[in-house]
Amino acid sequence: MNKTLIALAACLVWSAAQADTLTKIKDAGAVTMGVRESSGALSYTLGDGKYVGYHVEICERVIKAVQKQLGLTALVTRYQPVTSQNRIPLVQNGTVDIECGSTTNNIARQRDVSFAVTTYVEEVRIATKVNSGITGIAQLNGRKVATTTGTTSVQTLRKNERASGMSFDEVYGKDHADSFLLMESGRADAFVMDGQILAGLISKAKKPAEFRIVGEVLSVEPIALVIRREDPQFKKVVDATIIDMMKSGELAKLYDKWFLQPIPPTNTRVGLPLSEATRAAWATPNDKPMEDYARK
Amino acid sequence: MASDWDWQVFCKDTIEGQVQPGCFGSQGDITYLDWLLSAWGWTLSVSLLALVVALTIGALMGVLRTAPSKGLRFIGNAWTELFRNIPLLVQVFLWYYVIPELIPSLKQVSSFVLMVFALGFFTSARVAEQVKAGIQSLPKGQRHAGLAMGLTLPQTYRFVLLPMAFRIVIPPLTSESMNIVKNSSVAFAISIAELTMFARQAGEETSRNIEIYLAVTALYFLSAFLINRVALLIERRVQVPGMIGGAR
Repeated sequence: MNKTLIALAACLVWSAAQADTLTKIKDAGAVTMGVRESSGALSYTLGDGKYVGYHVEICERVIKAVQKQLGLTALVTRYQPVTSQNRIPLVQNGTVDIECGSTTNNIARQRDVSFAVTTYVEEVRIATKVNSGITGIAQLNGRKVATTTGTTSVQTLRKNERASGMSFDEVYGKDHADSFLLMESGRADAFVMDGQILAGLISKAKKPAEFRIVGEVLSVEPIALVIRREDPQFKKVVDATIIDMMKSGELAKLYDKWFLQPIPPTNTRVGLPLSEATRAAWATPNDKPMEDYARK
Repeated sequence: MASDWDWQVFCKDTIEGQVQPGCFGSQGDITYLDWLLSAWGWTLSVSLLALVVALTIGALMGVLRTAPSKGLRFIGNAWTELFRNIPLLVQVFLWYYVIPELIPSLKQVSSFVLMVFALGFFTSARVAEQVKAGIQSLPKGQRHAGLAMGLTLPQTYRFVLLPMAFRIVIPPLTSESMNIVKNSSVAFAISIAELTMFARQAGEETSRNIEIYLAVTALYFLSAFLINRVALLIERRVQVPGMIGGAR
């Protein structure tokens, strides 16, 4: 009896892992969206199991298109919170069908998963106190620079040190809020991180006027939705939906809604105007990895 | 799954991600293996120094808690309850973020030193509890006999009570010493480049989380197990035939 059950379970797991995502969604009548608790305005929670953000809303549009294509009258959307450590494995093993967070598209990850066309191009920037006198990376030599453990910004700093022969005194926060606190409390002179995260943190700070984003762009990273590898039908629906939104100006409206207008829960503005890099990614939709951006 | 494993990841350098011959970096560049070993060094340094703090203060507080004077007993009890009833991560944040706001000079103290004391104080409460239990497990007559022989109270502790009590509590202290290695993992939260931070950061950079976590797990296990073996050696060396744990 037990052996039969195990064999059956094994078969189910096998077929789940093998079937393409569209068939899986159709059979289950449900789709699982991977979301983040706190990834700036891209994907975050309002509490109570509610998830919102620029990428979450794009995903909702994609799921509507999937429902239309499959001809389903009802499609349940499940929200699965993910972290930077588990997002890739959860997409691979079928727990999450489409991840709508803030995942950088790079070559290493393309071996494990597939990316939709780039919907947002992140620029790594420097935030500092207005009175710190720091205006660019050159002034960070020998200063204390905060960043968050488990992000690509740590590597960006290291590459900048190597290339320029400068040396920063890095301090690491365990999450973005901690890293910001490091700068706010004076344990760090600057905070290097994704521009939209910095803008979001500054807008929510006790005294937003005390902080500003300065200097050059340290690194450019394409951010995109994540789906399983080698699933051309699903990727086609996802990409087609997003490209339609790019062409129709729908995506620009979403960008305005999440990055320039007041957003819940506190009704503050992130206040990050559309960058040239993001505009370029919308003009010529592509799923190129970060490495291609660095090479140009 | 086995075919998907990529142990070469440790031989890659941390700038370009290229596999380096010999697996160690050169000319100022480091590989993930170099970084892993340095992270292990940080874990061991934090753990061992915190252990010294914990055993010293813990033994002192444990003794105070069995002293005849009410005031001394109060100090020992207050210390133990204070540090035993606050979660370790919260204590670490208190030392790092909150207390320096009250005492600005603490901002100059490195996070390493703060961590050693935070972890040491936290564990000292648990050590104090065990040392107290060890002393109380001895028959009351021993203390009285010591005092009746004309020894002062400190002498009674030094020559009669503590030599027995410490031998009794070696096994539970071994557990605490192993715990300190595992608890040192919260140090990543205040910017110490130890094993847990390495696992998070290197995992993110290489996308090889499984290999990296397996290596880090093995090093944690090895560190705790080494402490266990050393403690066992000490236990054997100092055992007194006929006493607890002595008849073997």
